[in-house]
Amino acid sequence: MVGPRIHPLSLLCTGMLLFCVAIVVGLIAADVMYLAGQKFSAGEIWKLFTADAILRALRLSLITSLTTLALVIITAVPAGYALSRYRFPGHSLCNTLVDVPIFLPPVVIGISLLAFFGFGVGHALKQALSGVGISLVSWIGIVLCQYVISMSYGIRSIKAAFDTGLCELEQVACTLGCSQWQAFWKVSLPLARPGVLAGCILVWARGIGVFGPLMVFVGTGSRVQVMPTMMWLELSVGNIEVSLAIALIMLVLTSAGLVAIHFLERGRS
Amino acid sequence: MNALEIKDLSMRAGLFSVGKLSLTIGEGEYFTLMGHTGSGKSLLLKAVCGLARIETGRIRIHGEDVTELEPRFRGVGYVPQDGGLFPHLSVQRNIVFPLIVRGLSFDQAAAETAEVVETLGLTPLLDRAIRGLSGGERQKVALARALACRPRLLILDEPLCSLDEPARYEICTELCRVQKRFNLATLHVCHSRAEAEQVSDGVGVMHGGQLIETGVLKEILEESGHEAVQRLFNINGATL
Repeated sequence: MVGPRIHPLSLLCTGMLLFCVAIVVGLIAADVMYLAGQKFSAGEIWKLFTADAILRALRLSLITSLTTLALVIITAVPAGYALSRYRFPGHSLCNTLVDVPIFLPPVVIGISLLAFFGFGVGHALKQALSGVGISLVSWIGIVLCQYVISMSYGIRSIKAAFDTGLCELEQVACTLGCSQWQAFWKVSLPLARPGVLAGCILVWARGIGVFGPLMVFVGTGSRVQVMPTMMWLELSVGNIEVSLAIALIMLVLTSAGLVAIHFLERGRS
Repeated sequence: MNALEIKDLSMRAGLFSVGKLSLTIGEGEYFTLMGHTGSGKSLLLKAVCGLARIETGRIRIHGEDVTELEPRFRGVGYVPQDGGLFPHLSVQRNIVFPLIVRGLSFDQAAAETAEVVETLGLTPLLDRAIRGLSGGERQKVALARALACRPRLLILDEPLCSLDEPARYEICTELCRVQKRFNLATLHVCHSRAEAEQVSDGVGVMHGGQLIETGVLKEILEESGHEAVQRLFNINGATL
């Protein structure tokens, strides 16, 4: 045998990667095998996956998580850009505070939202919304919880994307005739796109999986049941098959989203 | 009329400051700015381009006071050290970029830049991606892009520092040819004496944020008694 030897470092790193992949594959396989072991007929499986309640929860999950994603893109792209480019009094404090929701236990976010809308400005806002017929115990409350939880992930990823040496290219673009806006749209954003896209994946995946704050802030009423809360409710009454069916749907959904985005990215590059 | 006139310029970047600096570059002149790393050359270039704020002084380009103008209105073609090419665009898209942002269609912009592309011999590279270019090719593309918008002043910030000697010589020759062809006043920052000798009409030497010498390179080499100049050009065995 000739050629370079396989280095222990590459063996170690590849081994760890395989270990991580094995955990994900193992969990998916366990779900599938459990359902397969229940000896359901094809009709029963179809019925399980297309039950009205599951489809309703799926629809609400998709609507709320995509709305959250849109809101995060609108706010996190400028916020991440500001943190990356500008130095202003309080910059470090802002940089730290936007990360707080990442480190807090999710239930705390729910409790904090309850507290916020319980008195003062928050309470007045809640009253005003009630006055025009908008209740927070609805898809709006769900979006609110998902937004607060996933916003930090968006800002962090997008800031990292803008940090990667684009400042000089923006300056060059300005000398070539671009306004600040044009330099942002024509140079910075296209170059930061992979990072922004990765941030979007993270935000959407985090948003669709939010559970703790929803239990506290919007509850588990039939009008506000999304996939994670429905999964928990079914589990709590012993319907493990329905729970696993929901888990598999979420798995397929998020995997399809990830694959679609990777394909889009590959096509563009 | 002078192509560039800097009068009593002072500016600050962190603890470093450039103080009360005045400089004049004539129409069609190729002026080389030299000095050790950290002497303030690049900061001065950024001030002329409008990319760094100044504290006092005025900058005039072809008689127009551009001190308060945004970079895009100064009529300056700027080539940074690494070329500053946009990696998401092809070579041709990079070259036509300044004209596209000014509202021209791609075809109009391609027609407008045809002469520059031809002059720099870039026609075979037009469809290539930036990441596949050599260092010399990158600098030529960056130069073509800077020339595309017909600037009033060309500013080159150590554009040849990452090139080997033959590539450096070739690009220097191209620079001289292009500068004469377009009769374009040029401010070129470099470290290399050979580079300055090849291209310059006039030379300035910066040290500690001050412009300590200006004139013709030969005269500076023969007459300057400044220690920093002697060290920069390694005169009388002075070492860096």
